[in-house]
Amino acid sequence: MPITKHSRLVASTIAVVLGATSLVACGSSDDDKSASSSGPATLTFWTWAPGMDKVVDLWNKGPGKQQQITVEVKKQASGDSLITKILTAHKAKKAPDLVQAEYQALPTLVSNDALADIATESKDAKSKFAEGVWQQTTLGTDAVYAIPQDIGPMMFYYRADLFKKYGLAVPTTWEQFAETARALKKKAPDKALTTFSANDSGLFAGLAQQAGAKWWTSSGDKWKVGIDDAATRKVADFWGGLVKEGAIDNQPMYQPAWNKALNTGKEIAWVSAVWAPGTLTTAAPQTKGKWAMAPLPQWSAGENVTGSWGGSSTAVTTDSPHKAAAAKFAAWLNTDPQAVAALAKESGIYPASTSAQTSDAFAQPPAFFSNQSDFYTKASEIAKTTAPSAWGPNVNVAYTSFNDAFGAAAKNKSDFGAALKTMQDATVADLKKQGFGVAQ
Amino acid sequence: MTSARRKPYGVKGAPYGFLLPAAVLFVLFFALPIGYAVWLSLHKVQVKGLGLGAGARQEVWAGLRNYTDALTDSELVDGALRVAGYGAIVVPVMLGLALVFALMLDTEKVRLAPVTRLAIFLPYAIPGVVAALLWGFLYLPDVSPFFYVLDKLGLPQPDLLDGGPLYLALSNIAVWGGTGFNMIVIYTSLQAIPAEVREAAKLDGATPLQTALRIKIPMVAPSLVLTFFFSIIATLQVFSEPTTLKPLTNSVSTTWSPLMKVYRDAFNTGDIYAAAAEAVIIAVATLVLSFGFLRAANSRTKQEEAR
Repeated sequence: MPITKHSRLVASTIAVVLGATSLVACGSSDDDKSASSSGPATLTFWTWAPGMDKVVDLWNKGPGKQQQITVEVKKQASGDSLITKILTAHKAKKAPDLVQAEYQALPTLVSNDALADIATESKDAKSKFAEGVWQQTTLGTDAVYAIPQDIGPMMFYYRADLFKKYGLAVPTTWEQFAETARALKKKAPDKALTTFSANDSGLFAGLAQQAGAKWWTSSGDKWKVGIDDAATRKVADFWGGLVKEGAIDNQPMYQPAWNKALNTGKEIAWVSAVWAPGTLTTAAPQTKGKWAMAPLPQWSAGENVTGSWGGSSTAVTTDSPHKAAAAKFAAWLNTDPQAVAALAKESGIYPASTSAQTSDAFAQPPAFFSNQSDFYTKASEIAKTTAPSAWGPNVNVAYTSFNDAFGAAAKNKSDFGAALKTMQDATVADLKKQGFGVAQ
Repeated sequence: MTSARRKPYGVKGAPYGFLLPAAVLFVLFFALPIGYAVWLSLHKVQVKGLGLGAGARQEVWAGLRNYTDALTDSELVDGALRVAGYGAIVVPVMLGLALVFALMLDTEKVRLAPVTRLAIFLPYAIPGVVAALLWGFLYLPDVSPFFYVLDKLGLPQPDLLDGGPLYLALSNIAVWGGTGFNMIVIYTSLQAIPAEVREAAKLDGATPLQTALRIKIPMVAPSLVLTFFFSIIATLQVFSEPTTLKPLTNSVSTTWSPLMKVYRDAFNTGDIYAAAAEAVIIAVATLVLSFGFLRAANSRTKQEEAR
């Protein structure tokens, strides 16, 4: 074969291999912005919430029209890749004006100088949110980097009919939770109370948060990583113990086998958050009306704390030439009663705004939980007990490490403590590598 | 004639003029991105203190740090070993099957050859991600019809998404999807064998098996080299199958194959500098392996010719 053909083949190989990298190199160039900061403004909004365009229409036809601020929705995929996309666009100084961001991603975005401080524009908004929720958008500083949109207070979901059938009581402490799991295994060995899944780090983070863990704290100009702290270790050992003795399942969530287990009653409970009805509707359609929701089990009887899993905020980027206008929209979207009601209806979110949680939009329980008429009253009470969270600038690294380390530990039914150590070490090593100040 | 009156450089310049579009495209979409990746791989971020606020994060020169980090990273090395194990199953099985199928289709007494050829080729038309999803469902005991049958028959049900069987499960997807393509390549070059050669072999009393082993296989050796070459490259780049199976099991980590680690570093942990360095290393490894193989194959052919 002639040598030129080989080299072309090899060259195209390199092209394919480097494809991922060159994608990173392309910034978004579809949103041209004018340099002026006053007068009519058109804002671009990156969000993954379904139906957000309908909510934004309300703005564009109402307050937005009066103030000559038009918002355009650009639908995005949720998750870590969106953060990468925002940061890449920011590198080219072309980030959109507004972005939807999960709370745990805010420190990463702020440390890349991608988010603008909107403290002055959002003064009035602060009172609409619970203290613990608001604190996540300030990162403990005087600045405000986002307006809370939705929250995910954690709860315990269980099959009311099957709990009755097997004579199980709803656990109020984790001790009882373990006993319930063992009792069920004894009565029906082919069933399991629930599973420990390692494919969504948010669940474990929320459970640790409930136990009082503070994964990232700062003092002076140093970060302290507490992933391997006593509270988290307690949570890890608890779940690791249950997996090891076979009291609960160890298959990952969100895959066909898991759906089937929920749908057929092979798994009869799920530690989840306020958004669970939506997930259950698609994962276990045949169990409609058979579930009930209760507060999360507690570490000691009489306590009343929950963690949060999920939830996001609306932030203004430093690249926006219309920061004040963007902040106005962000505040309207998440505090205006009409806007929040539309968000709840169109996007199916559970609002962060406390008054919205008890508004008419939440008078009826979700259709899947039609049997539990006080679903949202209970949810709003549980939301008030959310423990403060502590996010740092490399949550993504910790989360990825969790997926791998706990995935392997759950599979091998090995020591979860060792997996937790791996997660701690990977997080600290990454901070050091990037040059952050790290306290030991 | 008009051409005679043209100035000499006009004629000389013409090829370059024709080359220009290709050259511009090459530079824009090929050389530049590669250059940028190399540039990225030699840099890193440097954060000060808590890293909050403007100007706390800078891009600084890193030298070969990203490369030494990647090469001493046990995950990348383990990933390479996993892929080597996977390739050791995929390449021989896939090419072996492709060759056998091609030879069988090439024999004189085969019936329904076009239909069979199409049936074997068809899986290649199914996108890799779809194939991986399809097989993934079949590997899951709770939703797989195979496991249902095994269960009814009271036979043991292996966990196909763990340990050693995971390699077989992944290899199976690649073999299922790739055999058809390789078979067509080999079959096409079998068809190009002159009829007189076949006739001569027949007249000399060679059995179909002898013809296949002594005549056909040596004559399609260049195609075998080519398919081997393609398969090696595809193996080194394995990404979509393990990525698609990952959500179904705890056994596939985010760094199962080297390319998955590149993806993770670029898009999950946001370290594009490390990802760029790893991409360059994989590209160089691919280059060295493929060229090494081609050189070895070529020198062998030359030796045989000299004999």
